Amino acid sequence: MGKENEHVRYTLKRLFMLLAVLALVATACGSDSEDTTTTEAPITIRWWHIQNSDPGLTTWQNVADEFMAAHPNVTIEITVQENEAFKSTLQTNLQAGDPPDLFQSWGGGGLAEQVDAGFVQDITEASASWIDNLSAAGNSLFNIDGVQYGAPFNLGAVGFFYNTALFEEAGIAAPPATWEELLTDVQLLKDAGITPISVAAGDKWPAMFWWAYLAVRIAGADGVAQAVADGSWDAEPFVKAGEELKRLIDMDPFQPGFLAAPWDGAEGSASTMNGRDTAMVLMGQWAPGTIRSNSADGTGIDDVIGWFPFPVVEGGAGVATDVFGGGDGFVVGINAPPETVDFLGYISSLDVANRLGESGGTLPVVKGSEGSVTDPQMVAVVEYLAAGTYMQLYLDQVTPPAVGAAINDAVQELFAGVSTPEQVAGKIAAAARGE
Amino acid sequence: MTSVRVAARTRRTPGQRRWPMIIGFLAPALLIYLLFVIYPIAQGIRYSGYDWNGLKPLTDWVGFENFRKIFADSSFIGAMKHNAVILVLSLALQIPFALGLAVLLNQRLRGRAFMRMMFFAPYVVSEVVTAVVWRQLMRPSGFLDHVMSGVGAEGLTQEWLANPRIVLYSVFFVVTWKYFGFHMILLLAGLQQIPAELREAAAIDGATFRQTFRHVTLPLLGPTLRISVFLSIIGSLQLFDLVWVMTGGGPINASNTMATYMIDWGFRRLQIGYASAVSVIVFGISLVVALAYQRWVLRRDVKGALTTMGA
Repeated sequence: MGKENEHVRYTLKRLFMLLAVLALVATACGSDSEDTTTTEAPITIRWWHIQNSDPGLTTWQNVADEFMAAHPNVTIEITVQENEAFKSTLQTNLQAGDPPDLFQSWGGGGLAEQVDAGFVQDITEASASWIDNLSAAGNSLFNIDGVQYGAPFNLGAVGFFYNTALFEEAGIAAPPATWEELLTDVQLLKDAGITPISVAAGDKWPAMFWWAYLAVRIAGADGVAQAVADGSWDAEPFVKAGEELKRLIDMDPFQPGFLAAPWDGAEGSASTMNGRDTAMVLMGQWAPGTIRSNSADGTGIDDVIGWFPFPVVEGGAGVATDVFGGGDGFVVGINAPPETVDFLGYISSLDVANRLGESGGTLPVVKGSEGSVTDPQMVAVVEYLAAGTYMQLYLDQVTPPAVGAAINDAVQELFAGVSTPEQVAGKIAAAARGE
Repeated sequence: MTSVRVAARTRRTPGQRRWPMIIGFLAPALLIYLLFVIYPIAQGIRYSGYDWNGLKPLTDWVGFENFRKIFADSSFIGAMKHNAVILVLSLALQIPFALGLAVLLNQRLRGRAFMRMMFFAPYVVSEVVTAVVWRQLMRPSGFLDHVMSGVGAEGLTQEWLANPRIVLYSVFFVVTWKYFGFHMILLLAGLQQIPAELREAAAIDGATFRQTFRHVTLPLLGPTLRISVFLSIIGSLQLFDLVWVMTGGGPINASNTMATYMIDWGFRRLQIGYASAVSVIVFGISLVVALAYQRWVLRRDVKGALTTMGA
């Protein structure tokens, strides 16, 4: 009995101690938050970005710190999320009518829906003093009907990253300039016992790049613009794009398990490239970075990597200088304080752009910052972009999300061999017309 | 008359006095339940009648159009079939397997506790971790393929997650790997509640092991087995995390479940109205199955519980 009482008393004592500690913590937290009030009217800018790894992560932190140091009354609250997590969290916040003040955007159809719903601010006037310092192609992604809603910080193009050593081994002298040459080279690589192509069809969008680039080459800029506008994705050039792609798919040029392969990760298509037995991948400018991060020593295949643009298709309306790609930028939330646009202006300054360019992985859009890019593959992409005659934004971003997803799904079915080129074009058109 | 009424009133009084207390204790839970369960369900039902992207105002009332589209979409029908396949396979393979193991580990065996722990371990691991690990193991020329060629079965290796005809069974395999231990522990607990005297009596009467199992163990294990089956059914209908992380429902929707289909339409295509209609369908199916199961299968067990409480 006595022992039991003692035990109870001991337990009670511990409980009281715990409560006391909790109370202390609570008061400490309480007083802490009261202390932060300053004399000037404090302003908080909530900034959501997706550069969740270095060098981007640190660069953005520094940029925010510098702006806060110059504007003592401004606090920038940064929320960093991984790409997919960002998309769903943003969606939730928008539904709650609470957009962040400054957030990642890819422009296009997704931005148009946010603008339609009134969640994004018109910054045409507020940004007039600096917006023309940026690339016109980049700005156009965030401009809807003459109204500027944000600014780009990164603009890239999709093209082929290839293993020059494997091309040499297969006896290929120069990268292909036409689609027929590409098909020939694929056969040469196969004959040499090399897997010609790595594709992340599990993630869908890397497979979509193939169909989309063929569509841009065959339908041309006007043809694609027409389809984006009226949903005529079942027009002849898009069926033709599917047929050409089917010719390639029928050669069985991809790595094993490509239908389930993601882009990133150990079982991903970037790792396959790092394995040095697969010759090429059709990907955006971030590819060398991902291949590096999927290698043991962090250098990937830098010693043998090369870049060439998507070849032309004979008889197509598009030319070799029509660029398929896209960029990243920030748009300003509807409730954002005016300082947000100033901050966006700082992000868009030449100084910051040069730092982005030097750090690699980002192709800055501020005029005059091109020289900051030194990575040879990136230089090739920058030069290609600079010579570009037309910029086609990623098809799954220029269209509303539902159509973008339908494009990705339909193309995956083409890769799996369960849909014909006509069915692929028909499914996309049906989704675009809201059927 | 009066005396009866008075008696009735005095009998009722304690109940009346208890009402404020009942309401007071019930209110917080009820409020949370209304706010986080009933209200979202009602909202989901409301959204299901609109063509809505989640951003613009709710204006495009389309009635039952979303439901018509869903049932016209072969990938939703496919997703329903996949749920059904997982459900049937779970009941036909997973539970008998778990039952067999439970009976085995209910015997006196060397290393029994260790084996119980090992079999239960997968259940403790989070679903996302499970999915990520198995995605690695099942990748082309990954661990699984290496093991198979190690034992001379390289002819049987497959593109486990990339082949649309196989991926659903790969997913089922991982589901089973993750949950058989849970069902095993559940059934083991049931087995241990069966008094040993009954089996001893059967043995004295000359019953074989098989007869004892069929006529003593199995009937007495009934309530546990029915709960196990119920959890398995609900789990199969709601299967999401494992599939989403392992395959994303692909390739070409070959491993889609109703839940991944719903998330895909809601958060990738931002067709919130359409996805809400899908959620209403999934809710309806789950509700009907759960109520039917309770009404016809669990009734005896539930009634038993009520009788005890009444007495």
